[in-house]
Amino acid sequence: MLIAILTGFLFAILLFFGGKKLVNHKFALLPTLIPLGLFIYFVRFIGEVSNKEFIHKTYEWIPSLGVNLSFTLDGLSLLFSLLITGIGTLVFAYTSGYLKGHEYLDRFYGYLSIFMGAMLGLVLSDNLISLFVFWELTSISSFFLIGFNNTSEASRKSALTALGITGIGGLLLLGGGLVLGNISGTYSITEMLAQKDLIQGHEHYILAACLIFGAAFTKSAQFPFHFWLPGAMKAPTPVSTYLHSATMVKAGVYLLFRMSPLMGSTSFWNNTLLIVGLITMVYSAFHSIFRTDMKGILAYTTISALGILVFLIGLGTHESYLAAAVFIIVHALYKATFFMMTGVVDHQTKTRNVTELSGLRKVMLPVAIAGLLAAISNAGIPPSVGFIGKDLIYEGTFHFKHSAILLTVLAILTNVFISYAGYVAGIKPFIGKLPEKFEKVKFPSFFLWFPPVLLGTLGFVFGLFPVLIEKSLVKPILWSIGEEAAEVHLKLWHGITPILGLSLLTMASGIILYFVLKPSAKKETFITKFEALSPKSILENFNRGFNKFSLLWTRIFQNGYLRNYVSVIILFLIALMGYTLIDGTTYKIDYASFARLTVYEVVILTILILAIGLIVFAKSRLAAVVATGIMGYSICLLFVFYSAPDLAMTQFAIDTLTVILFVLVLYKLPKYLKLSDYKMRIRDGILSIAFGGLISILALEVLAQPVNSDISDFYAKNSYLLAHGKNVVNVILVDFRGADTMVEISVLAISAIGVFGLLKLRLKSVERYQK
Amino acid sequence: MEFLLAIITGLLYAAGLYMMLRRSLVKLIIGLIIISNGANLLIFLLGRITKGHPPIIPGDSKIFTEIYADPVPQALILTAIVISFGLQSFAIILIKRAYQVVKTDDLDEMNTIEEDYK
Repeated sequence: MLIAILTGFLFAILLFFGGKKLVNHKFALLPTLIPLGLFIYFVRFIGEVSNKEFIHKTYEWIPSLGVNLSFTLDGLSLLFSLLITGIGTLVFAYTSGYLKGHEYLDRFYGYLSIFMGAMLGLVLSDNLISLFVFWELTSISSFFLIGFNNTSEASRKSALTALGITGIGGLLLLGGGLVLGNISGTYSITEMLAQKDLIQGHEHYILAACLIFGAAFTKSAQFPFHFWLPGAMKAPTPVSTYLHSATMVKAGVYLLFRMSPLMGSTSFWNNTLLIVGLITMVYSAFHSIFRTDMKGILAYTTISALGILVFLIGLGTHESYLAAAVFIIVHALYKATFFMMTGVVDHQTKTRNVTELSGLRKVMLPVAIAGLLAAISNAGIPPSVGFIGKDLIYEGTFHFKHSAILLTVLAILTNVFISYAGYVAGIKPFIGKLPEKFEKVKFPSFFLWFPPVLLGTLGFVFGLFPVLIEKSLVKPILWSIGEEAAEVHLKLWHGITPILGLSLLTMASGIILYFVLKPSAKKETFITKFEALSPKSILENFNRGFNKFSLLWTRIFQNGYLRNYVSVIILFLIALMGYTLIDGTTYKIDYASFARLTVYEVVILTILILAIGLIVFAKSRLAAVVATGIMGYSICLLFVFYSAPDLAMTQFAIDTLTVILFVLVLYKLPKYLKLSDYKMRIRDGILSIAFGGLISILALEVLAQPVNSDISDFYAKNSYLLAHGKNVVNVILVDFRGADTMVEISVLAISAIGVFGLLKLRLKSVERYQK
Repeated sequence: MEFLLAIITGLLYAAGLYMMLRRSLVKLIIGLIIISNGANLLIFLLGRITKGHPPIIPGDSKIFTEIYADPVPQALILTAIVISFGLQSFAIILIKRAYQVVKTDDLDEMNTIEEDYK
C-alpha cells in the first residue's frame, strides 16, 4: 500500500529527469497509466472491503514519537481512493488533450501525480501526524497547480490565497492532532476510538474539536473561508475538475466523516457542523445563480454541495450519514462531468461566459450530451443517481428530530438554486441558435469529449442499477464510521411518499426558475456590489492595513538613526526597571557618614561635577577635551583615596594618552557645532537625567544588599601561598587570569595596528575631492 | 560617601548618554568615554569601597591580617580601562579619517541610506 501511495511521488521525480520526452506526443497517454494502474489496484480490494474485511498496514516511521505510516483501507478510504484514481485516470487522459503541446506539460503531470499520491496518503492514513503531512502536501501541490499559468498575476494571487487559507487549516489540523494525541496517548485514529469517552469527557475536547473544524472548513471551503475556491478556478480546467470538485476539497468532509465516530454525537460537534453547513449551502447556492462565468457557477455550486455534506454529517443520524455517503459519489460524478465539459467549451470557443454561448450542440454534440447528463443528475431527475442522492438528503432532513420543516425548506431552496445553476451551465450553452462567430468552432478531440461523457453516463448506470454501489461502496462506508448497514437498500422508486412530493417540487421549481431568470452581466454586477461585505474583501483589507501598519512601525523604529535606537532602548529600560522600583527602595541614607567626609574628598567630587558640566556645555572642542581629561584625573584620585593604587596608575596613564591623542588630531577634527535644536536637547536631557537617576538608584539598591566575598577571599588567601605575589590585583591579572590578560593585550595590539594604519594611510586624490 | 559616589555615577551616565545622543560624531566619542568611566566607577562602588587598605599583603606576612579592599572589582576595572583605551584611540583616529573622506561630522549627513534613495 505504501508503494501505491509513493507511486505518484516517484513518477513526479522521474518526470523531473526525463519529463519532456516522457509526455510528448508519442507518449502523451503514458502518464494516464499511473492512475489507471492504481485504480485497478484499488478495485481489487472491493471484494474484501464489502465483506467488512478492512485492511491495516503499518510501517514504522518515527516510533519514538508514536508517528507511524499506518494505513487503513476501509469503506470510506476505498471510496475516496477509487474517486482519486478513477477520476484521476480520466483527468490525466483529458489533460493530454486539453494541454496538448503545452511547454510545461511535464511539470503539470508532475504536480498532478504528486497531488494524487498525497491525496491517497491522506485518505489512507490512520495516523493523525502522517495524515497532516499528506494534508499539507495536497495544499502545496494545489498551490502549484492553481498558479500553473504563472505569467498571470491573478493566477499567482489566487494560488497564494488558496495556500494561505488551506495552510492555516493544515496548521490547525496539526494542533488538533497534537491535542488529541496528548489526551489519548496515541496518534492512531483506530486506537483513539477505543478511548472515545475519555476524549469526549476531556476538558480540551472543545479545543480539539475547534481545531479539527478549522482544518476541515478551510479545506472544504466552508463559510467564511469559502472564497479561496472561486479564486482557485484560475487553474487549468483539469485541475478544477480533479482538485476543486472531486477530491481535494472533499478532504475536509473526509476528515469530518472520519472523526465523527470519535468526536461526534455531542451537541457542540453536531450543531457547529449543522449551522456552518447550512449557511454555506444556502449562501453559495444563492450566489451561484448570479454568475455568468461557467466555472464561477460551478465553483459556487461546489461550495454549496460541500456545505450540504457538512450539514448532513452535522445532522448525525443514520439517514443523514447514508445520504452523505451517496451524495459524495453523486456529486463527484456530475460535478467532474460539468467541469470537463466546461473545459472543452472553453478550449474550443475561448470563452466561458454563458450569456455569449448558445447552440453549441451543432458543433460538439457529445459534449452537449455530457452537459445534459450532468445537468439532469445535478437536478436530481430520475433515473439519474442524483435522484437517489436528493431523495436521501430529504429523508435526512425530513425525519430529523428538531425543526425538520425549516431544514427541509432550506434544503429544497438550496437544491432549486443548484438545479438552476446546473441548467445554466450544462444545457444553456448548447441549445438555441448558434452564433456566427462559433460556426467555425472545431470538433474537440477524443480525449476531450470522451471522459465527461463516460462520467455522465456512469451517473445514469448507477441510477438505474443502484445495487452496483450499494454493496461495494455505500455499506462499507457506513461500517467504517460504526453505523449499521444491513437495512440499506438504494432504489429509485420508493412508492408515493412525501419525499417524492418534495423531489417533484424541487424539479418543478428549478425548471420554472430557469425560464424566469436569465443570466446577465447586470445581475452579476448587482451581486458584486455586496463584495465589500464578503469575508474575502475583509481579509484583503486586513492584509492591506497590516502592511501599512508594518510600514509605519518600521519607519518609527528602524529609521536608520542610531541615536533613536539608543533612545528607544534606554526608554524601554527605564520603563521596565522603573516599574519594579515603584514598590519603593530599601536603601537608607546614613547621615552620619557625611560627617566623616574629608576636605579632599569633597574637593575632588566638586571638581568632578564641574568637569562633567563643562563637557556637556562646552562651546569648543578643546574645552571639552580638557574637561574630559580633568574628569579622568579626578576619578584617578578617587581610586587613590579608596585603596586602588593600581587602578589609579592605569587610569592616569590612559587618560593622559587619550588627551594627547585627542589634541594631536584636534585641529584636523571638524568644528564643534551645535546641530540639534532646543527641543531635542531638552528631550534628550530629560531622558539622560532619568537614566542617570535610574543608575544611581540601582547602585544604592545593590549597596543595601549583603556582599558576597567568597571569590575575593579565595584570591586574598592564596595570592601569596599559590602565586607568590603580594599585590593581589596584580596576581589576579597576570597569574590567576593570565590567559584573559594575554587576550586583552592582543586586542590592544590590534587596536594599535589599526590606529597606526589609519594615521599613516594617505588619502587617494579621488577620495579627497569627492565632496 | 557611597551615597555621593552613587550620585556621581548616575551623573556620569546621564552626561555620557546625553553626549551620545548628539548629532556630532566627536560628541558621541566623548559620550562613550564618559559612560565607560561611569561604568568603571559603578563596578568599583558595588565592590564596596574601603579607605586606606589597598589589597596588598604586608611585607612580612603571608596572608592578610586586617581588612583589605576587594581586589576582584579592581582587576575587572583595570582590564576595562585598558580595553576602553583601545576602543577610544581607534575611534578618535577613525573620526579624523571619516571627516577627511566625507567632510562632515554630522551623523545625519553621514547616513548613506538617504543617499541611496536619491
